[in-house]
This record gives sequence, C-alpha cells and structure tokens, in this order.
Amino acid sequence: MTVETKLALTEQDVRSFSKKMDEAAWMSDFRAEALAKVEQIPMPKPDKTRIDRWNFTEFPVHAVESATYESLEDLPAQAHELIDPDNHENLYIQHNNTPAYLSLSEDLKAKGVILTDIFTATREHSDLVKKYYMTDGVKVDEHKLTALNAAFMNGGVFVYVPKNVVVEEPIQVLFFHDNEQASLFNHVIIVAEANSSLSYIENYLSTVEEAKGQANIVSEVFTGDNAEVTYGAVDVLPKGFTTFVSRRGVTGRDSRLNWALGLMNDSNTIAENITHLIGDGSHSDMKTVVVGRGDQRENITTKIISFGQNTNGMILKHGVVKDSATTIFNGIGKIENGATGSNAEQESRMLILSDRARADANPILLIEEDEVTAGHAATVGQVDPLEMFYLMSRGITKKEAERLIIHGFLAPVVSQLKLEGVKKQLTEVIERKVR
Amino acid sequence: MSTLEIKGLHVEIEGKEILKGVDLTINSNEIHAIMGPNGTGKSTLAQAIMGHPRYEVTAGTITLDGEDVLEMEVDERARAGLFLAMQYPSEITGVTNADFLRTAINAKRDEGDEIPLMGFIRELDANMETLEMDEDMATRYLNEGFSGGEKKRNEILQLKMLKPKFAVLDEIDSGLDIDALRIVSKGINDMRGEAFGCLIITHYQRLLDYITPDHVHVMIQGKVVKSGNAELAKELEEKGYDWLHEELGIEPETAEQEA
Repeated sequence: MTVETKLALTEQDVRSFSKKMDEAAWMSDFRAEALAKVEQIPMPKPDKTRIDRWNFTEFPVHAVESATYESLEDLPAQAHELIDPDNHENLYIQHNNTPAYLSLSEDLKAKGVILTDIFTATREHSDLVKKYYMTDGVKVDEHKLTALNAAFMNGGVFVYVPKNVVVEEPIQVLFFHDNEQASLFNHVIIVAEANSSLSYIENYLSTVEEAKGQANIVSEVFTGDNAEVTYGAVDVLPKGFTTFVSRRGVTGRDSRLNWALGLMNDSNTIAENITHLIGDGSHSDMKTVVVGRGDQRENITTKIISFGQNTNGMILKHGVVKDSATTIFNGIGKIENGATGSNAEQESRMLILSDRARADANPILLIEEDEVTAGHAATVGQVDPLEMFYLMSRGITKKEAERLIIHGFLAPVVSQLKLEGVKKQLTEVIERKVR
Repeated sequence: MSTLEIKGLHVEIEGKEILKGVDLTINSNEIHAIMGPNGTGKSTLAQAIMGHPRYEVTAGTITLDGEDVLEMEVDERARAGLFLAMQYPSEITGVTNADFLRTAINAKRDEGDEIPLMGFIRELDANMETLEMDEDMATRYLNEGFSGGEKKRNEILQLKMLKPKFAVLDEIDSGLDIDALRIVSKGINDMRGEAFGCLIITHYQRLLDYITPDHVHVMIQGKVVKSGNAELAKELEEKGYDWLHEELGIEPETAEQEA
C-alpha cells in the first residue's frame, strides 16, 4: 500500500504564510515552486528501512503561535536546564514555531556576526540567505521531504560569522516544543566565512507526551576556507512525530567541520548527516550516539563524500537499541575521482539490550580514486554475561550493572564531544532513555 | 563471627559434573587454602560460591550465617558479604575504575548514606599506595589494557575497598612476579582479623609462604580429599600429589578434565 500524498496546504496557503511572516519576496516564490515539485518527486529511500507506510505529510496545523520569553526565567524548568547559567549571551530560542528569545553579545554584533530567526533573515540579509538556502547544500528536489521542508518551512535560524571572526563562546539555539499540535519544519543555515570559527549548540526539546505532527528539519552548514565549525546537537523529540532530519555540510579549503550529534528522539526517525568535503585539505569529523527504545524505528545515515584532494572524513557512531526498537546504521565513506590523498574512516558499534530489539550496522566504502586510504569497522552485539557477572559480583544490581555497561559503551563517543554543555545534557538524556 | 558453610556441593558445567560433593566450613578470622592439581574443580568451587551463570549447582547447600546463598542473585551474594577475586577479570570499556568502585561501595549502602567523595578518594589513594598501583589506574577504564599483574592488584584493591566478610581468591598468584606476589600478599594479610575470612585457591605453595593459612585442603577429582594445617601445603610442595592418590586409593583420571 502506498500513501497518496494529500497535501495539507495549497500554493495560496504557503504564499500567505510567507507574507504573514514578512519574508523576503523571493521566499514566497521559492516556497510555491517547491510545493509544485512535491507531488512529482519520490520519497527518499533510506537503506534497509521501508518508509512507504510512514506518514510524512499529514499534520494538524501548519504553524502555531506561542508565547515569547521576556526573560529566561519564563522558560519551563526542563528548558531552562539546558541553558548554561554562566554563559548564555549568544542564545536563540524558538518556541514551537514562534521566534521567542534572542540574545547576541555586543562584541559579536560589532564584529558583524548574525544570529536571527530565519524569517527575519530572509528579509534583512536577503542576498546572504538566498545564496545559501538550498543551493549548494541540500537541494529542494532531492526528494519529497526536502521539497516539503522548502515549501512548508515554519521556523529555523540563520547564523553568519564573517571572515576572520573567532566566536569564542558558543552560540546556542533551543527549539522548544510544548504544543502537541505543532509541527516543526525548521531550516537552519550556518555560514562561517574564511578563517572564522564557531561552536554551535542545538537543542531540540519537547515536553509533550505524544506529538501529532511532523518534524522535518534541514540544517545546512558552510565552512569557508580555513574556517572551523563545531556543530553539537541533542535531539529529544517525542513519539508521535514522524521525524526527518537532514544535517548537511559543505566545506571550503582546509576547513574543519565537526559534528557531535546525540540522536535521542522517541519518534520514528530518518536522520541523515552528510558532509561534502569540497575544498582541498578539508576535514569532517562525525560523532553520533543513538538510543532506540519502545517500538521506535530509526534509520541513521552518516556520509562523508570527498571531492577535494587530501580531505579527511572520520565517522564514529555508537548506538544502543532496547525494547522492540529497530535501529539501522548506514555509514558511507565516498571518495570521488580526483580526490587523491583523501582518507575515509568509519566505525559503527551497536549494543542490543533485548531479544526483540533489532540493530543493523551497514558500512559502505565507495572509492573512485586510487591513491587514498579508507577503513571501516562495524559490530553488533549484546551485553556480555561475563561482564554482568563481574559487576554484579561486586554487589552492583543487575539494573545498575547494565546502566554502567551502556554508559561505558557510549562513552567513547560522548567523552569526545568537545562541548561540555552538550555532553552533560546528552549524558542525562541517555540516563533517562536507558533506564 | 560469621560462617560460610558448604555441604555436599555438586556442580555441573554444560552437563558435566565437576564438583562431586564438597564439604567446607570457613569462619571469620580463618584463612583456608585449597590446593590440588589442575582441573580438579578448585575454580569451579569459587565460581559456584559467587554464582557464575555457567555453573549449575545440582545438589548440596551453601549458607552464609545460616542464609541460603544459592537462593541469592550474584549481587545479593556480594552484598551479603561474599567476594570473589577472579582469575580472569572482565574488561569494561567506558567505566572508570574509580566510578565502578564507588558504585559498588554505594550498592551496599542505603540511599542518602552514600560514601562521601573525599573519604572515598582518601581511602582509594591509601589502598592504591599499599598495592603500589599507578595513580592513573583509578581513572582508567576498568581493567581495560591492564597487564595480568595489574588486574590481580586491581582485584585486591576492590577487596580492600569493599571489605567483604568472606573472600575467595581464585589463583590470585598466577602470572605474578615475586615483587607483585609480595605486594598482593601484604594486601591480603592486612585484611586478616575478626571481620574477615578467606579461601585461597592456588596451585602453588609459593603464595602460602607469604600468607600462612590456618587450614589447607586438597581437592582431587571434585572432592576435598584431605585437610590439614599449613604443614600439609609444605608436604605437597615437596612430594607432589601422587602420594595422595596412593594413600587415599584414588585412581588417577586419564580423561581430559578442565575446570
């Protein structure tokens, strides 16, 4: 059975939404053109997961209006905890679909750093946004879900770091969801010009028990020559959502793009994290941890494609799968013809905690060039009964022993996350999820 | 005073009977040594006391101060006061030695009565110094990449931190050089006293030069065939086990036997 795409919104709807959000005029056309394509282009085909019965198109309402926050004290406790009490000068909060809080240090403003909601960005930084918005990163017509994101975009953020500017303190963006009717069609654009550097922290948090809509999220990151961006994210979206999240990077010469992703959703999730190493000598490091539980289905693709010479792609991901969840890891290292001297490494480890859980690690190397190095390692295993015996023989309960082994299993990834705030939140979320 | 009592213990592994009726009583403030040739069931006894999942007790009882040990889960046995220093300790990635120890200590304590961090660190440092362990072994992952000797010291470190009523030391001396043997033995001797009883399993008299046992038992073919005092260990060292076979009229087994 295939689900016919019945779209909730017409061209008129997306145009009037664009107008209501006071976007740049080109954005209205951009949305309308994307909408026209949605019907014609196919769904993505994530390896080893059938999604033809997943519902990616239906949602109760396109956008909800939610409260803004005058002060961080207005935030609910769970959201407030995610904000570093000593360091939150560079912070943007989106409340469901509403831009709700914005703070950027005077110093960064003076240096030309931009942090603003995506609607305002199309208007105030129209040329910049237009240059990067679904052009060289994610394409509108990649598949139906990217086209849907383009047409229905109802949130997101624009971060711009000019040439030679080093952003010392991280910029944090919190997407806070507390309305079960709300869908998230977010679009994030991060541009770090030549010789700049940025740490970006992204939190998806929901306090809803069960969501009713879509989470269709696209992030595009562009590193200029010799720039360095660290993108740390912890996604905690509830069941009920159908989640598609695509995080894409495009690198300039000698730049570094480091990803540190904690995929902690309880929803069925198709996640892809892809870097195109375009510039010679550029480097991308992808670290991902995943916990699947309940009857959740997750398909996690991490992919680094080397186009430039002497590029380096490192993939490391660890996943724990419990209950009757299914998690698929697709790891792809691709070296294109001409990318001499490049290196593609990947390592995937999965730990299965129950007889009903399913895990599959699927490593792929696609090498079109001779003078390169590449390697992969993948394991899927269960908790070692002898390790359990050893821990329990010291008086540690079965549950606690299992907890230690799981944390230990994820530690090689979590401990390497360079952003302390992300590490802390992730550790706490893992704690909750594996209990 | 506490008593660990083993009566008529029969243990199988994968359908094969290894222990064929073992009787042994250990009280606090006693150190017992079990000696015997390879493959006679000494390690099986150690694993059965702790509740290793692969060993099945088919008959007999183990009690600790009258409590049925065989009814307890592995962690309950530990919290009741049993400890097994293992011959081949597991390596656990991502869990630091210190975190593991603190979790184990707190497992015996009530919620809200956790060991104070500073006190824990002081005690850990002191014990590691006694055992001449590198400081970084507290922050390294549990047994991961430890040498054979480091693993054995780490077992004794756990013993000293957890302070059980009864410890079973399963070939704690194997793979140790003389210096390490001396250090490990000192660690064990320091534990001697009213609150501690110990069962040492070893092939070699060597360890018993450092730790003088109160009782020595010989195990052959899954049974304790002879018991005595420290002199018995010396006699075995000089004469081997063959004379025992003759004296007790035991047919040497020709079939392979692994335990």
